[in-house]
Amino acid sequence: MFRKPPEALSRPVTVFVQGRPVVLNEGESAAAAALLAGSGATRSTPVSAAPRASYCMMGVCFDCLMVIDGTPSRQACLVPVREGMQIERQDGAGSITS
Amino acid sequence: MKGFDVAIVGAGPAGMAAAIEVAEAGLSAVVLDEQVSPGGQVHRAIEARQTTSDDDRDGAALVRAFRKCSVECWPGASVWQVERSAENAFTVCLTRTGETLQVNARRLIIATGALERPVPVPGWTLPGVMTVGAAQILLKTGGNVPAGRMVIAGQGPLPLLYATQLLKAGVKPAAFLETTPPGALGRALPHLAGALANMSQLAKGLRFLADIRAARVPIIPRVDEVEALGEGRLSSVRYRAGSRTMEMAADLLLLHEGVVPHTHLAMSLGVSHAWDAAQLCWRPVLGEDGSTSVAGLRIAGDGGGINGWRFAEMDGRLAGLATVEGLGGQAVSAVPRETLRKARKRLARLRPFLDAWYRPRQALLAPADEVIVCRCEETTAADVRAAIRQGCLGTTQVKTFTRCGMGPCQGRECGLTLTTLIADERGISPEEAGHLRIRPPLKPVTLGELASLSAPGPRNADQAI
Repeated sequence: MFRKPPEALSRPVTVFVQGRPVVLNEGESAAAAALLAGSGATRSTPVSAAPRASYCMMGVCFDCLMVIDGTPSRQACLVPVREGMQIERQDGAGSITS
Repeated sequence: MKGFDVAIVGAGPAGMAAAIEVAEAGLSAVVLDEQVSPGGQVHRAIEARQTTSDDDRDGAALVRAFRKCSVECWPGASVWQVERSAENAFTVCLTRTGETLQVNARRLIIATGALERPVPVPGWTLPGVMTVGAAQILLKTGGNVPAGRMVIAGQGPLPLLYATQLLKAGVKPAAFLETTPPGALGRALPHLAGALANMSQLAKGLRFLADIRAARVPIIPRVDEVEALGEGRLSSVRYRAGSRTMEMAADLLLLHEGVVPHTHLAMSLGVSHAWDAAQLCWRPVLGEDGSTSVAGLRIAGDGGGINGWRFAEMDGRLAGLATVEGLGGQAVSAVPRETLRKARKRLARLRPFLDAWYRPRQALLAPADEVIVCRCEETTAADVRAAIRQGCLGTTQVKTFTRCGMGPCQGRECGLTLTTLIADERGISPEEAGHLRIRPPLKPVTLGELASLSAPGPRNADQAI
C-alpha cells in the first residue's frame, strides 16, 4: 500500500512481517513495516473476523493491533522498529496464553 | 514515587512551550508523550527530516528549545490514568517500555492535541482506507508514499497540504474528491473578516490548491455519498457528484473531514466539556490561560479547541506561565503575556471561517443504517437506531446495549458519531445527547502491569529513564 523511495532509506533496520523481511528506517513504526510489506494487513477482528489494516497511524484507532516479538495486542503504530523484530497478524482477540 | 511540580501530557507544540516556560521559572516538570520523539503530530519526526517550509523550520526551532530546557522528557509513555489526590495533587499512571510507573505532580497540563474526525462512510473499515493524517505521518516519519492508485476524499487544509507534499515527492494522487457541501461561501461569508486577518494562512491554502491544479490532479467538487468498495480490501471508490454516481478503481483511499480535540484524558478527570456547534465537537470549558473546572489542571493547544499549531504554542506558553504563578513562582516570559494573548486571538479568528466553509455533511454525523459506527465492536448505525427506539436515551445506555464505545479505542473513533447520531435520531441537541463517559484505563493495561505498580522494591519511577 505504501512504498519507500530508495533515497528515503537513511538508517536501515530489517524487520520481519509474517516472516518476510522489510527494510525501513530506525524511528519508524511496526505498522509502517506492515504497510511497506505489501497488503498492510494487521489483524482480523474478534467480532466478525473481518480483515483490518492501519487507519490512523497515531495510536487512537487500535486497528493496528498486532503480535510483536510474541506479545499480542500491541499498537503497531506506537512500536518503534528494532533489528530483527517479528511482526505478525493478530487473528481475533489477543491470546494471553502462549 | 517520583514527584514533579508540573506534569505535562503531550510533547506537541503546546506541551513543549508550556514545559519551556515552567523550566524558565526553575520549577521541575516531566513531559509524557506516546511517540518516540517530541513534536506532536504536526512536527512528527521533525528532528530526523529535512525542513522545507516556515512551519517546519519554526517547529524544529521549538523542539530544539524544548530539548535544551531542563524538564524531563519521557517519550514512549502511555498515560492510562490520572488520579487527583488531596491538595490539588495528581498521580499519573503510565506505561513505558513495558514498565508501569506512577509519578506525582502538583499541577497538570493536558496538551494531548487533536485527532481526525471519524469519517463513517460505507466500507471505511476496509484495509486500504486510511486517514490523510495517517498517510502524512508515513511521509514525515519515513518518506513513504502511496503505491498504486491513491484517492483523497475529504476537505480541509490538511488534504491540500498533504497533496502538495506528495507532489513535491514526485507522486500524484489519482483524484481529489472534494466533499465540501455546496454553499460554502454563503456559510463562511459572515466570518470573512476573521479570515482576512489571517491572510498568510489563506494565501497558503490558495497556493496549495493552485499547485494541485497545476499538477493536473483531477479535483471533483461537491462530492457526496463516498463509499469504499472491495472484498477484504479496498478495490474501488464510489461517489456522487451532482446527479451522477461514479466509481473509480483505487488501492488507497485517504479520508479527512477536519480534526477535533482529543478529549479522553480531560473527560476521564471530570473536566466539564461543552458541545461546539461550529466545530461540531466537544471542547473543554476553559477559563483564562487554559484553566478548567478541575483545580490545578490546565488544557493547552488543540485539545482545548482546534486552532492550529502556532496558536497551540502560544496557548502552551500562557498555560505554563499561569501554572508557574499558581505555584507561587515568578512567571517571566520572553514575550509579554498580553502580546501572546493578542496574537493568539488573531489566529483564532480564522477558525470560524474554516469551520463554516469545511462543514462536514449531515450523513457523516448521522450515517446510513448499514455504516459501521463503532469500528472496534462493529456496531452499525442501524444497531444504534434500534437501541434508541427500544428506549436507550443516551450514550451510556446505547453503549450498554450495542457495545458501541466498549472496544479498545474506548470511543475515540465512535464517540462523536454516537453523540450526533443520538441527537439526530431523537431530535435533540448534541449537548443534550451528551458524550460517552470516559473512564480509566485510557489505554489497555495488563493485570501483571497493574500488580507491578503496587509491588514493593526497586520497580519505581526513579529507575524509569
